[in-house]
Amino acid sequence: MADGAKIIGDRQITFSWAGEHLPQAGELRLSTKKDPDIPISIQRIEWATGLPRKALATVEATLDPSQTYRLIAPSTKEQWMIAPSLFGTVITVLLTAALVQNFVFTRYLGLCVFFGVSRKKETAIGMGVTFTVVGVLSGLMAWGIDRFVLGPLSLNFLQIIVFIGIVAALVQMVDTILKKINRALHKKFGIYVVLITTNCIILAVPLLNAMNDSGFWESLALATGAGLGFALALFLMSCAREKADLAPVPEIFKGLPIAFILAGLFALAFLGFSGLKI
Amino acid sequence: MSELKMRELLWRGFFTENPVFRLALSLCPAVAVTNSVKNGLLMGVAVLAVQVLSSATVAVFKNQIHDKVRIPVYIIIIAVWVTVIDMGTAAVAPAVYAQIGLYIKLIVAFAIIISRLEVFASREPLIPSLVDGFGMGFGFLFAMVLIGSFREVLGNGTFWGFPLVDARPILLFILPAGGFFTIGLLMAAMNWIEGGRRG
Repeated sequence: MADGAKIIGDRQITFSWAGEHLPQAGELRLSTKKDPDIPISIQRIEWATGLPRKALATVEATLDPSQTYRLIAPSTKEQWMIAPSLFGTVITVLLTAALVQNFVFTRYLGLCVFFGVSRKKETAIGMGVTFTVVGVLSGLMAWGIDRFVLGPLSLNFLQIIVFIGIVAALVQMVDTILKKINRALHKKFGIYVVLITTNCIILAVPLLNAMNDSGFWESLALATGAGLGFALALFLMSCAREKADLAPVPEIFKGLPIAFILAGLFALAFLGFSGLKI
Repeated sequence: MSELKMRELLWRGFFTENPVFRLALSLCPAVAVTNSVKNGLLMGVAVLAVQVLSSATVAVFKNQIHDKVRIPVYIIIIAVWVTVIDMGTAAVAPAVYAQIGLYIKLIVAFAIIISRLEVFASREPLIPSLVDGFGMGFGFLFAMVLIGSFREVLGNGTFWGFPLVDARPILLFILPAGGFFTIGLLMAAMNWIEGGRRG
């Protein structure tokens, strides 16, 4: 595999070529790594003078810098991978999980816990912090087991059972260890640790990682982003609900119905983040 | 078992203890996949199947399950049935599965299913457990279809994909926010109906 292919602008790729024969536009194949069967047609290739020969290929479709592309020259079996920088990917995944596709407001996960503990600011903060910490731990554990045990043994169909087992075991473990090493902290956060098992975000993160075939850093970013996004949503909601408790709400809307309306308003506000281009 | 009790069990799942509107459990998919009737119906059927099958399994094996490890055993039973339904849906309806696949996998974290196993199926014989599971599952299905109909008609102007009204739809209702609004309004409506019945 050769290095040195890069995306320039919206629809151009540069790469260097070592061979004698300079290929024409039709002799190279470009596709995304995800769908290698769908070719992206190359319109023309311009060659620069000097060695090694540098080429500038212009492509028909707009290229997305956050995607991984593969350029193949079938005649010489040479191929180039055009991958986004790791740092960029991690930041993108993190911000997407926390804001643009917030797990609560745009993917609607973890709602049971969300409506259960968002009544007071204090519980909201406790749950948010605990969830982020345990979520990152379980996300990484599940990633490791999926990548090094389930994948090589082709046991992918066991994902659901294994992931829920990991979450349940980890929650039990964190609870026990916390109780042993720091009683005060356990007294404050113990109840939230137990509640985490009922939060579907903690299960959705490893499932999403497995579906997208994410690497270590991407999995870490998704788990962290999901936790931070959930904590943010919980905090915002608890502030609004404390106010709504004092407001003269119509009798039939008291309690959960008004909480849903508030969540709807937040979801509407979070739509604004979808314009955020990272 | 009397017919009266049967009807009571079904009615409880359907209305008085409706999992979505009354108990506010299992809300995630209730908002997430209900932007059309078809998705809502498929999700409801999947949950109904998992609930009935898990209830039946627990009711049959309740004497073999040791009391101390019952919760992990319940979770494994549910996870097995969810895997079965997940693969089944992927094979039968791949187009819909592409949209709601993640949420079908997440049925495993549903509080309502495990609570029915703990409260009902672990104590009662097979037939009442089946009826109870069916009632709860059907209550969920009903809620999903109801929310789905509201959102699809208002947000897209169609029902099951067929155009209904010839006006510009209220886009808000198929957006994420619309799901929250719809459930909030339907919950308030249920409170109103019940208040009227009492008073």
